[in-house]
Amino acid sequence: MKQFKGRVIVPGTCTAEALVSHGGFNTLASYQMAMMFGDKQVKCGDQNNADLYKKPMIGKALCLPITIGSTTGGMVLYTVCAMHKQPACMLFSMPIDSLAASGAILGDVWTDSKMPVIDGLGQEFLDYVKTGMTVTVGEDGVVTVE
Amino acid sequence: MHLTDEQQALLNGEKGEVMAKIVKTLVMYGDTFGAERMVPVTSEYGHTVISFGLKIMKPVYEIYDQIIAAGLPVTQKFTADPRPMGAEIPCSLLEKLVFKKFMYTEQDNFEEQLRKLGIVDDDGYTCTCYMDQVGNKPEKGEVLSWAESSAVVYANSVLGARCNRNSGIIEVMGSIAGFVPEFGLLTDEGRKASWIVEVKCQHKPEAQLLGSAIGMKVIEDVPYVKGLDKWLGTELNEETCAYLKDFGAATASNGAVGLYHIENLTPEAKEQGEALIREDARVYVIDDAELERVKANYPVIWKNPDAKPELCFVGCPHLSLRQLQDWTKSLEQGLRETGLDKVTIPTVFTAAPAVVKEFEKSVDACKLKSYGVVLSSICPLMYMNNPLCKKKAVITCSNKLRTYTSARYYTEAEILSIITGKEGKK
Repeated sequence: MKQFKGRVIVPGTCTAEALVSHGGFNTLASYQMAMMFGDKQVKCGDQNNADLYKKPMIGKALCLPITIGSTTGGMVLYTVCAMHKQPACMLFSMPIDSLAASGAILGDVWTDSKMPVIDGLGQEFLDYVKTGMTVTVGEDGVVTVE
Repeated sequence: MHLTDEQQALLNGEKGEVMAKIVKTLVMYGDTFGAERMVPVTSEYGHTVISFGLKIMKPVYEIYDQIIAAGLPVTQKFTADPRPMGAEIPCSLLEKLVFKKFMYTEQDNFEEQLRKLGIVDDDGYTCTCYMDQVGNKPEKGEVLSWAESSAVVYANSVLGARCNRNSGIIEVMGSIAGFVPEFGLLTDEGRKASWIVEVKCQHKPEAQLLGSAIGMKVIEDVPYVKGLDKWLGTELNEETCAYLKDFGAATASNGAVGLYHIENLTPEAKEQGEALIREDARVYVIDDAELERVKANYPVIWKNPDAKPELCFVGCPHLSLRQLQDWTKSLEQGLRETGLDKVTIPTVFTAAPAVVKEFEKSVDACKLKSYGVVLSSICPLMYMNNPLCKKKAVITCSNKLRTYTSARYYTEAEILSIITGKEGKK
């Protein structure tokens, strides 16, 4: 078990199974097909992301360095939240990017979904956490991985 | 963040709950990035990335309904990304059915929303709003509330305007509020480069490939590119701007680049030179072998990798007038060499409506049509977002389209060779 401390972008708590992307998470590419065709498991559609491609994302603790790609990214993330198909939480090793932040904030202000978002957890976090591990997020931005 | 009395009043609900939520969203957005104040949006026009009436995006349209119902004044008119479909695109009856009945069922309603919110006109749908023919071309130093990754990176880098990589929805909120939080690419410090990219190619690098390599390497950082002026020169002319448009789109979609500097060429690099480079900047050297390596690593996700191409898209982002003219010339020569009258596979070129109208005044437009090329103003990326297209062997020279769809990437020369029948699919 190991703990990491990050910055709280959207507060909240949760415990979920980790899903880890070591490369940038392309929000549009990851969600577009699943959203468009009502995939209940919300499987990742980004063929450029070998870590996540075709893996279910709903309810997972999404661990990532940063998001990349189209500026529809935030809108996509907001829509995912509004439809209650979001990950359990988003945990960034790096400082959050503007698109992910937009999506997380839009989700927080304009929907009743809960998706805690923590950033700045550090590269050590991303090196340590593995897909399938259990992740617990505390209100104070402490993330426990076991 | 320090808010003015007026901004604080908006946040407190002086102009209603919806405006208060808009300002709250912008404040949280700014707080996340350490913004200390809001700054006025100074460009004449905005630009929104959302242009599609997708059934599944209902929550987005619900926010816009709230904004419209609240009667909030839109402080600036705006352009929008291209429409997702058009009758001119070659597609099957089944595809038409899927588009109309299952996917873009909200298109008409959403366009009506955009009219109410302030889109410039019905021709205002393009990802290249900064083209002269379109007219949404901000001045250097102007503050924008735009979204659309390829337009933002172009406005920042080539025009010297200032805009963060805003998300869809947020950019409309900035246009409505008339102010945006000051952070990142809106600040001098945020515009400094943390990467030096040394281009050491023996040939002029393909714009979309070079941009892809840089985007994948620097992700969201600002690169300062050296050695490219050898190929592009030191003046921003039509040809160079078209190159930088495609280059930037690839940096933004293969990574998350919002601004790049090209030594001796882009406005800030010309003015400030290496003073733009941070002390701790890392170095990435790109030569022909590196570009080959990047290209070779693109996954091919066609069911049958040896399938014969069924459709070709050129123009993501939308082509400039000069590019349309150049492609027409190249096709003329290529078809003459192969002794053919028409392209060998269905081919669609996309450009802004205003650019298409200008192009159609020339004899080149008749030539292009006679070669069998369809000229359209749709968004190829949105067009391809359906499972039927996934089964189709689509080829493109757009690295952005490759990134988001199952389209297979080829260089422009390879595309020309394929569609003029010079060689089979590589």
